[in-house]
Amino acid sequence: MSDPAVALAASASSVEMGDVPLAHHFDDPVQQHESAVLGMWAFLATEVMFFGGIIAAYTVYRAISQDEFAAASQRLSPALGGINTLVLLGSSLAVALAVRGSQMRQRKTVLIMLGLTMLLGTAFLGIKAYEWSLEFGHHLAPGPNFHFEAEHGEASASASHASGPLDLRRVQMFFVFYFFMTGLHAFHMIIGLAILAILFVQIFRRRLPATGERPVEIVGLYWHFVDIVWVFLYPLLYLIEVR
Amino acid sequence: MSGTLIEPRLDPRPDPVPGPKADAENYIAVEHSVKSWLLTTDHKRIGILYMLSITLFFFIGGVMATIIRMELMTPRGDLLRSGDEYNRMFTQHGIIMIFFFLIPSIPAVLGNFLIPLQIGARDLAFPKLNLLSWYIFMVGGMFTLGVMLTGGVDTGWTFYTPFSSMFSNTHVIATALGVFIVGFSSILTGLNFIVTIHTMRAPGMTWGRLPLFCWAHYATSLVQVLGTPVLAVTIVLLGLERILRIGIFDPKLGGDPILFQHMFWFYSHPAVYIMVLPSFGVLNEIIPCFSRRPVFGYKFMAGAILAISMLGFLVWGHHMFVSGQSMYSGMIFAILSLLVGIPSGIKVFNWTATMYKGQVIGKTPMLYALGFVGLFTIGGLTGLMLASLAIDVHVHDTYFVVAHFHYIMVGGATMAYLGGLHFWWPKISGRMYPEFWGKIAAMIIFIGFNLTFFPQFLLGYLGMPRRYYEYKPEFQILHVMSTAGASILAVGFLIPLVYFILSLWYSPRAPKNPWGATGLEWTVASPPPAHNFDETPIVTEPPYNYDHDEVDHE
Repeated sequence: MSDPAVALAASASSVEMGDVPLAHHFDDPVQQHESAVLGMWAFLATEVMFFGGIIAAYTVYRAISQDEFAAASQRLSPALGGINTLVLLGSSLAVALAVRGSQMRQRKTVLIMLGLTMLLGTAFLGIKAYEWSLEFGHHLAPGPNFHFEAEHGEASASASHASGPLDLRRVQMFFVFYFFMTGLHAFHMIIGLAILAILFVQIFRRRLPATGERPVEIVGLYWHFVDIVWVFLYPLLYLIEVR
Repeated sequence: MSGTLIEPRLDPRPDPVPGPKADAENYIAVEHSVKSWLLTTDHKRIGILYMLSITLFFFIGGVMATIIRMELMTPRGDLLRSGDEYNRMFTQHGIIMIFFFLIPSIPAVLGNFLIPLQIGARDLAFPKLNLLSWYIFMVGGMFTLGVMLTGGVDTGWTFYTPFSSMFSNTHVIATALGVFIVGFSSILTGLNFIVTIHTMRAPGMTWGRLPLFCWAHYATSLVQVLGTPVLAVTIVLLGLERILRIGIFDPKLGGDPILFQHMFWFYSHPAVYIMVLPSFGVLNEIIPCFSRRPVFGYKFMAGAILAISMLGFLVWGHHMFVSGQSMYSGMIFAILSLLVGIPSGIKVFNWTATMYKGQVIGKTPMLYALGFVGLFTIGGLTGLMLASLAIDVHVHDTYFVVAHFHYIMVGGATMAYLGGLHFWWPKISGRMYPEFWGKIAAMIIFIGFNLTFFPQFLLGYLGMPRRYYEYKPEFQILHVMSTAGASILAVGFLIPLVYFILSLWYSPRAPKNPWGATGLEWTVASPPPAHNFDETPIVTEPPYNYDHDEVDHE
């Protein structure tokens, strides 16, 4: 950071990036950092469209089968989903603190917070797996073994709609979306956990600097995104009509 | 020739100081091993890798096109053994040409090579990601080719449900997986371009000075980044539907096949703009150079490119006028589709205005560019006809549609790719191409193209449906014309392949700036050094500054 203009720009954005090695094609660390962050944002834009496609399909079917989706949604456990939401938001806080730690040049904080993020992420997947096993046990997985009987009160809960008997095909459709969307989300979580683990090990072995926020911030962006997807999935799937 | 002022500059003269010293530094000569190519992170070398790969795919797709045209010479099916075989043939022709040639053509070859050079950068922002995108492309491509060799697919490149999900007995999932894989290569290339254009511009290279080639690739990249993931999730759903019968697209299970069409065209209509927007960029470089005038209406050109890329996301329903979507959606999609004509018209008028009172020089790249303007206009105007509800009902799924999109994709995108390849060949290879043969090939391609596809407008208007392998005898004369044109077109495509290869040994060395063109890529040696610029250039001029260009700088 001998160049005064670079040093000025770096301090102006309160960014400490001198610890990350500068690749040959960049002029200065600021440019390198901006490229990396913008690259992650562009990637997240593709992810938004990826989940957007499936959420659009979900919206279409929910609009034409409101009673079925409401009834089916009540077989899910809003409590477990709610706990999971808190767990995931907690992990977002942890990763944010890790980024903060890297800005403050606190290696220990970074490692602890990344570890906590992974712990909470794994807990989320554990609770999710437990939920799935319950639903498999109740024959709610789409396919030949799918079984659903409208419970007493479910039809009345949606009495405001012109409700006839539920179309079981559309009830099953809800579970198609439920398993696909939560499965896709879990897949992204697993990838995120793998990246976090690599990052943790690299920092632990001092292959990557804990200070110099670039890698931590970029992984953090991805992790926040995965959390936000869940923040959309939870009301879409669990909270259609809470009694 | 009266253009005495400029003619000397356009002559390909040997470099004044050719020799091993200049040679040793360029990106080709810097290392020779196969490994140095396969593990390169140099954007120029990756561009070359893409060039070789898509040429292979173009050749394979072209052979399939030849077989299709030969089959259609007679009203009875005779060359291919069955209609099923014909279905597989046109499906695979479409998949290869669209996903493995047209979409990567200009961006991955010329864009990769030129964007860092044009903005004054040493490389793209993510060189390793760039190499990864080529490997993903090759994995997807080889996978798809392997599937085609072991049975292929017959759904049409559109994979429409419920045929693809319930009835087709061919390798739908495997082919779709190939397309899914190659989509990631497209996303990574687009992402790389967006970031590069944002963060890697040299000092003074403001957005208002950015070459329109870069603007076009920026807009293309937006479409790639925002559109391709929707195709990816659609393909995943199609695969699940086919394996698990989950019913999303199956009416028997409460699903809706039309939803597939909506999701598919949400990507695949913008994909048309992935193919054609980079062509606009190429034209915007060639036409000012060979008219010796600044591009007319730079800001409108850049704005029109962005407008087309964004409007492109709002018009997908015009593929579905007869699919059962509501009449009101149809009307709205028709109006929105007609709006695309406005920025497209701006572009055509601005190209014409650029040439007006310019010194138009008929070098090979310019011939392709002029051909593009004419053919794109025909393709675009017939597009407006197809976007009009009433006409579309008449000509839907006929050869009129086939002719329309070939005018855009072959007459437009492929001509622009070839024009750009000629224009930048001296920069890419360090050698001139033979001008005489270049002009001959350009003319042959233009004539062959029109003879191939103009009769198809007539066929379609008379009611010949697309995707048929037998037809009524009264259509034969037009089909024979089309096949004859295709033979001429094939010759036209083979000539450049031969002379480009031969030029590497037998043509004169290219000077730094053989066309007297503006742009940073012409300020470095031909071929460029591995690190592009010795010193980061500082840009002080507006783009296309051809006004003050009457003095030879060399």
